[in-house]
Amino acid sequence: MRIGVVTFPGSLDDRDAQRAVRLAGAEPVALWHGDEDIADVDAIVLPGGFSYGDYLRAGAISRFAPVMEKVVDAARGGLPVLGICNGFQILCESHLLPGSMIKNAHRSFICRDQPLRVESTRTAWTTEFTEGEIIRVPLKNQDGQYVADARTLEELEGEGRVVFRYTAGATHGPEGFESNPNGSRSDIAGITNAYGNVVGLMPHPEHAVEAGFGPDEPGAGTRTGTDGLRMFTSVLRSMVG
Amino acid sequence: MPRVVVHVMPKPEILDPQGKAVASALPRLGFEGVASVRQGKRFELELAGPADDAALAMIRQAAETLLSNPVIEDVVQIEVLEEEGA
Repeated sequence: MRIGVVTFPGSLDDRDAQRAVRLAGAEPVALWHGDEDIADVDAIVLPGGFSYGDYLRAGAISRFAPVMEKVVDAARGGLPVLGICNGFQILCESHLLPGSMIKNAHRSFICRDQPLRVESTRTAWTTEFTEGEIIRVPLKNQDGQYVADARTLEELEGEGRVVFRYTAGATHGPEGFESNPNGSRSDIAGITNAYGNVVGLMPHPEHAVEAGFGPDEPGAGTRTGTDGLRMFTSVLRSMVG
Repeated sequence: MPRVVVHVMPKPEILDPQGKAVASALPRLGFEGVASVRQGKRFELELAGPADDAALAMIRQAAETLLSNPVIEDVVQIEVLEEEGA
């Protein structure tokens, strides 16, 4: 299995995403924003960072990168695509996922281990979780507040397309943001498209893939958490299945 | 060469954290009496040719596809600036 990881100018977490792919048992393929093809990969990850400096709006310029035309076509054709943080913003700007991200309601950058409730295991990237399970992965962003109009939110809820929701148990945070870290509508941390092949989320599963380097796991010791790895093993399973 | 100015604002129903930050800083500096602030963007596009209907239609399209994100922002005004010295 070959999983492409796109590097844009200003991507930060592309190497971590490649490492997560490798630890999950697949072969990471480095893709460049200027590439005109996606090298027959079986899935694609758009990593976190500040592509094109977040100029104009987060993800707004990346959407028009040459590689994105192919990513959008492939996603519409059913290829599994995962957007993490800035990658989620790019998926929204590309209209592969509805809604958008604006600045955190408390106006600060936030970085913490964030508990999430898994709301859907019917996507290409979440089959290895159980519904209602609480997982813990790092979160770090400035423009992380998910917004969409009331009709879109109703549609997401009605069709079961909310994949992850922020939940209580974070170690710290601004007052009023103990559970939902940024003011996102309906506590939404991640969503999927109608077919379940495209998933975007603000928190970072690729930073929670190796024991000793992940978030603290309550009861299991410090820096032990590997909950994020299952997003990458999920896509391997969905491709085999 | 004519210049066209595009004004983009966050949609009224979208919370504007930047505007809120500015609003809370104003009274700290002694600027009293401002009830709220919303912060938008102003783009100045210098045209290579005349600002005719076709050029303005193209700019409107660019404003709605690239300069703004219709999910969170509105293009509130597109205006042609008088040429300097004209």
